[in-house]
Amino acid sequence: MNNLKVFTNGLFRENPTFALLLGMCPTLGVTTSAGNGMGMGLATAFVLIMSNLVIALVANIIPDKIRIPSFIVIIAAFVTVVDLCMAAYLPALHASLGLFIPLIVVNCIVLGRAEAFASKNRVIPSIFDGLGMGLGFTFSLTLLGAIREFLGSGKMFNLSIYPDNFGMLIFVLAPGAFIALGYLIAIVNRIRAKH
Amino acid sequence: MGKKLESNFKNMVLVLFTITLISSAAVAYVNSLTAEPIEEAKQAKQVKAIREVIPGKFDNDPMAEAWAEKTPDGGILEFYPAKKEGQLLGTAVKTYTNNGFGGTVWLMVGFNPDGTIANYSVLDHKETPGLGSKMDSWFKPTQKEKSLIERIFGFEVKSVEKQSSVIGKNPETQALAVSKDGGEVDAITAATISSRAFLDAINRAANGLKGSREQTSATTPENKNN
Repeated sequence: MNNLKVFTNGLFRENPTFALLLGMCPTLGVTTSAGNGMGMGLATAFVLIMSNLVIALVANIIPDKIRIPSFIVIIAAFVTVVDLCMAAYLPALHASLGLFIPLIVVNCIVLGRAEAFASKNRVIPSIFDGLGMGLGFTFSLTLLGAIREFLGSGKMFNLSIYPDNFGMLIFVLAPGAFIALGYLIAIVNRIRAKH
Repeated sequence: MGKKLESNFKNMVLVLFTITLISSAAVAYVNSLTAEPIEEAKQAKQVKAIREVIPGKFDNDPMAEAWAEKTPDGGILEFYPAKKEGQLLGTAVKTYTNNGFGGTVWLMVGFNPDGTIANYSVLDHKETPGLGSKMDSWFKPTQKEKSLIERIFGFEVKSVEKQSSVIGKNPETQALAVSKDGGEVDAITAATISSRAFLDAINRAANGLKGSREQTSATTPENKNN
């Protein structure tokens, strides 16, 4: 498998949200607007790339039986770093995402990629895998956020498209997230079945 | 790929210890780097909120002249007086409520010297996005923002007039309440709990300010006698 293939794999064919169905908690929780989804996606992408890099480097010196706790500690360290840096330099984004940043630690994608890819591959492919998976996650969260924001409050990236009196409140709430996600997965499955 | 380390007791203890040591050292280092900017960002947010809720420009430093007071239920209210040439322009009160839908809500409320609300700013909340989180603009006079469709096709959708602005109201003479509870402030659609919590925080600030004003006016004559 070459690096480009590894990279595009995460973007679409094995998209974490639509194909692997990993990391559902932030997917349903933060995607009330396109901006929130994008911010969460990028934060996760950063953690994914960094943890994949480090885990690919140290995988050989970690005994098999303690690999999961070791991975979790490494991931948690990066998440804390992201959390602190965001609070210090991007306070506005931190205010709207703050609650969900610590949840990246338990996001299945990060541990999943560490276990399934980074621990078995070399550093460079692992970085590309993190990049592809991270951008795939960002893309799907942004898309889901955009759909919910548009249907729920008539906006797109905070730009008002139609008066929000006509918005469907349910799409801002959790049930709307499930409905929108269900339709998106159906569409993606349909497209994948054709290829 | 090379051979993995064997999973014996010595290896496992050593590796896990080293990993946790390095990770915690890295986190501690980043914490020491960011502690100052985080504190600055918090302060800047507070100063910005005070500027936002006090009408007109003040020339003193409200942060330096601030005082704090305990409320009966154990919380703390902070008062920031804003003055221009020694004359009181208004007081910003940092207030809170524990009745929010998602926990504590922190507000900065600006009061004119006569006790009416000048403006407010939401400092921190964990209310539902899209519902309770609307409180940052709901209780201000409506500024209708035209949507793209309305601008392109040149029509306007009339919305129902809501009586939700708290600006200019005086919670000292009459405590604010949502219309559902017999008050005169319309609650946020589908977020009555958040609205009640919001008004609770405002009333608490007004009561605190009233209390501290009575205290000062009670002590001033004594000072004169001395």
